[in-house]
Amino acid sequence: MLKSKTFVKKTRSGGVMKVVREHYLRDDIWCGSEVCSECKQESTVLQRDACMESNLCSYPHYLLPDTNVVLHQIDVLEDPVIRNVIILQTVLQEVRHRSAPVYKRLKDIIHEKEKHFYTFTNEHHRETFIEREPGESANDRNDRAIRVAAKWYSQHLKASDSDRLKVVLLTNDRGNKEKAEEKALLVYKFEEYIKSLIANTELVDHLALSNDDKNEISSSKVLFPEHLPLSRIQTGIKSGSFLQGTFRASRDNYLEASVFVQGEEEDSTEVLIQGLQNLNRAVHQDVVAVQLLPRNEWVAPSSVVLQDEGKAKDDNAEEEEEEKALRVSAAEAARKPTGKVVGIIKRNWRPFCGMLNLSQIKESTRHLFTPADRRVPRIRIETRQAASLAAQRIMVAIDGWPKHSRYPNGHFVRSLGSAGDKDTEQEVLLLEHDVPHQAFSQAVLSFLPKMPWAITPEDMAKRQDLRHLTVCSVDPPGCTDIDDALHCRELDNGNLEVGVHIADVSHFIRPGNALDKEAASRGTTVYLCGKRIDMVPELLSSNLCSLRSNVERLAFSCIWEMNHEAEILKTRFTKSVINSKASLTYAEAQMRIDDTSKNDDITKSLRGLNKLAKILKRQRIEKGALTLSSLEVRFHMDSETHDPIDLQTKELMETNSMVEEFMLLANISVAQKTFDEFSECALLRKHPAPPPSNYDILLKAGKSKHVEIHTDSAKALADSLDVATVDGFPYFNTLLRILATRCMMQAVYFCSGMDNDFHHYGLASPIYTHFTSPIRRYADIIVHRLLAVAIGADSTYPDLMDKHKQSALCNNLNYRHKMSQYAQRASVAFHTQLFFKSRGILNEDGFVLFVRKNAIIVLIPKFGLEGTVFFDSKDKAKANPNLVFDEEGPTLAVEQHTFHIFDKVKVTISLDDSNIQHQKIRMALIDPVIPGVSVPAPDVEPQAKKPKLDR
Amino acid sequence: MAGLELLSDQGYRIDGRKATELRKVQARMGVFAQADGSAYLEQGNTKALAVVYGPHEMRGSRSRTLHDRAVINCQYSMATFSTAERKRRPHGDRKSTEMSLHLKQTFEAAVMTQLYPRSQIDIYVKILQSDGGNYSVCVNAATLAVIDAGIPMRDYVCACTVGFVDETPLADLCYAEEGGGVSSLALALLPRGGQIALLQMDARLHQDHLETLMEAAMTACKGVSKVLDEVVRQHLQEVSVLTGE
Repeated sequence: MLKSKTFVKKTRSGGVMKVVREHYLRDDIWCGSEVCSECKQESTVLQRDACMESNLCSYPHYLLPDTNVVLHQIDVLEDPVIRNVIILQTVLQEVRHRSAPVYKRLKDIIHEKEKHFYTFTNEHHRETFIEREPGESANDRNDRAIRVAAKWYSQHLKASDSDRLKVVLLTNDRGNKEKAEEKALLVYKFEEYIKSLIANTELVDHLALSNDDKNEISSSKVLFPEHLPLSRIQTGIKSGSFLQGTFRASRDNYLEASVFVQGEEEDSTEVLIQGLQNLNRAVHQDVVAVQLLPRNEWVAPSSVVLQDEGKAKDDNAEEEEEEKALRVSAAEAARKPTGKVVGIIKRNWRPFCGMLNLSQIKESTRHLFTPADRRVPRIRIETRQAASLAAQRIMVAIDGWPKHSRYPNGHFVRSLGSAGDKDTEQEVLLLEHDVPHQAFSQAVLSFLPKMPWAITPEDMAKRQDLRHLTVCSVDPPGCTDIDDALHCRELDNGNLEVGVHIADVSHFIRPGNALDKEAASRGTTVYLCGKRIDMVPELLSSNLCSLRSNVERLAFSCIWEMNHEAEILKTRFTKSVINSKASLTYAEAQMRIDDTSKNDDITKSLRGLNKLAKILKRQRIEKGALTLSSLEVRFHMDSETHDPIDLQTKELMETNSMVEEFMLLANISVAQKTFDEFSECALLRKHPAPPPSNYDILLKAGKSKHVEIHTDSAKALADSLDVATVDGFPYFNTLLRILATRCMMQAVYFCSGMDNDFHHYGLASPIYTHFTSPIRRYADIIVHRLLAVAIGADSTYPDLMDKHKQSALCNNLNYRHKMSQYAQRASVAFHTQLFFKSRGILNEDGFVLFVRKNAIIVLIPKFGLEGTVFFDSKDKAKANPNLVFDEEGPTLAVEQHTFHIFDKVKVTISLDDSNIQHQKIRMALIDPVIPGVSVPAPDVEPQAKKPKLDR
Repeated sequence: MAGLELLSDQGYRIDGRKATELRKVQARMGVFAQADGSAYLEQGNTKALAVVYGPHEMRGSRSRTLHDRAVINCQYSMATFSTAERKRRPHGDRKSTEMSLHLKQTFEAAVMTQLYPRSQIDIYVKILQSDGGNYSVCVNAATLAVIDAGIPMRDYVCACTVGFVDETPLADLCYAEEGGGVSSLALALLPRGGQIALLQMDARLHQDHLETLMEAAMTACKGVSKVLDEVVRQHLQEVSVLTGE
């Protein structure tokens, strides 16, 4: 049967266009139920005994939610208890249109076999298709379509089997419910239904608050001005009376925020917003419209630290006072453009992690939730399990923020575990840094190769057989995702053949499938202390792709012919099959090289590599590559409790730099090759030169010790760092290098067609990319694919050649990379805290790294730990010491003593756990002794308590 | 959200067809009395009128005369009202010139031109309503018109467009699908012998996929040929009833 669908659409130029589309109705769309005998379906999704024990429905039943239920209650639908659900095409399309994240989650649920979610294509079914009636809105039409489909289902099921199986329509829309009842359909409100479920009371807390419930929660007093409708915002932005920007709440002051307005080109401004009324319910990261206040109302950002400590009740009087405290008259010059939020263009709410503040009233079910991120306001939620959640980290999603409520309303999503617990805190920092870390979905896993896996003859035919070569891998201890291996051998003509073999991940991850998309979205593997968040499923990362010893593995090889002076004579790339002869750690490899009695193939190969690496490194440094330094620490974990028992800065061995050298060489060779082949769409990595002003601190630091630092070029900087030494201060050079690292810019991925500055400043290379770690970086997978196409080993696909898509991908990779670094740092910080918690108070030597107006920042080289020693106390009872800060030095005089950069100090370290959400390391000065500032050295706990390390 | 979902997880396309299903084809032959042959063909919402004159003596410049076969002259045009936006379409714009040329090549391969040396066959095709697959609809309509004119052909020429979405070939694309960034391919086939009269593709597609796409196109063309055959037989029956034989 044929129906024509006609609708009117507005074109981009503003005209009105009539679009006519065909719409075929079919009679071969099946119902998907096991019970049904009529439908000629091959496989069924919905079960015969669809049992969810409910007070309302004592019979087996299928659920049929409408669009709003899916959009708002996806948290509940995801629960394993909810099964046998019919998702109509109408609903699916509406969800797709309204919210991409919810759509993706819904699709994931549908793919999960155990959930028994069935998609019914009702829009193309002959009996369930309806046409929009004159005067009917699109929404009403869709609601009606849902009702018609529900009706059809209930009749269809009745006809095929007199079993008591029924269909239950779930909707929160009152009008829809009434109309459905008229049609004699089984219909419940979502809350009603979930509350009726026996033995699943915890599901109730997941419920998002619907519109009707909101009213009763808060007083009817209007606290905030109304948000303008979108149409008025749009005209306002067009006419220039409003500005559009991203709302960024202040970390230190809950009554202050700034809106970042992206202008033309470089011309972007920040608008300051102060006061609850002006903030007008905007939440961090929302896209908002702001209106500038008249110039005489402009204010300066306050330097006061204010935290929202208000109790659950609306304590207005106190707040007004706080707001007054903000309006300290500021100098004219310090005033900034100030405005107020008039409307929200796009909410950017995500589930937030944090902790619950229990309500004073014991029986109350409404509580305030304090997010871990200080920039997010507190959220009011309703839960009956408050007592058990009190000491836990939980996740909460915001549902809405009515204008008469002081706080947004939200609902409980899930509990992450008890606060302070290691796993919980890890989860929190992953969530807060937006690191995707859920288990891989079924759809993703379905693209893994079937086990047992073996190299097929077809694979073999396409690849070069390099199994006979003495290949070995060198990695840090405990590494299971080995993505690189090396070999070196002498050729008959006296030259050396050096090969870098990289795991061929792109063989397993084919472009465009779910596995590929997941890896692209994760972007990188995140290494936390004692935990690894994989980018690809473990089967690949630790087994099939990992170049372990004595198994045959697929590799992508980069093979050079070099002479003994490490000059490259020939470069060759090939897909290959290798068989690693040994997987060594850096220390083992070093021992083999040093042990003169050993003379086997592996050792000879290692020695050859080491010799070449030294030459390569020298050449690189001559060209002006920087050797920078940052302290990286390693925790020694207790093997059972996984608590850190010791902490040590990472040591570097010759073999580290040996592997690094060849990886750099491979990356550069591949970058050049892919760029030559695809000048428009090669994925490269650049490291921009820092602006000269970045070096100020380094120059000043050098000057304080009478050392001249040149920063005109990377080469000059490297040279002056090399000669910068001070007698009797061996650590000085390392400190300088640490400072120099802080001056650098971030290296970023980019697409060669979108940029023209390719230079990598730190490595002093004109072109660079990432090729050598495809197991843990997605960028490398793309580079592998490009290179494979370049040598004709694999086929291409449209997205690979599209520079705009690739550029978008680069942005995601850069973002993920940055976030993973932050997460790593946060993880190290957390473990440092754990370590100090177990150690109690310690006294250590340190160096002054920076001098600030009211504090010095001290680095403890032993732990790679940085901390701040404040000289002004927040405690008003105590008089602040006399501080004189000199910008030029920079120096800070505290009473009689003057601190310079790199001064040696002694501090005591302890853990401040007064705020359980934000624990931090506290440092206090011991030496030099300044009366009234420094503290007496506390007794260090006896060493006997410390567990013995068996190393 | 960006774009339309061209192929749902359940395997349905935007308009409710499955991947291999054609649109509804309806056709009538002999719609005009004055012309030697004519046909009207609808394929979904794409509607085309084809008219054939000839074979007749060469008109215009005699220099184009071929001494061993007939010259085929094709002209393609689109009605001003054929698309959503009304647009004047002057003759001889690049798109229609190209299309005319493609039609000419297609029919030179199918019509037995060697039977009519030093003569000319004119094929005029007009798109009355456009909803994707214009070329194929023109070919199919023109085939019927040529048959109506009684000009011998080696076989029906059947054409179909095929697109490639999510590793699946979609047969007979409609306008919404053509616009959705799909690499599409148009194929004109002489179904009985399986010879290709014309193959056209101007999008990017990896050669690994070409074979599956061609196969899908051929199947689709054979489907079209069945429908056309039925139309021709039906028409002949009607005509023979009228003439009383």
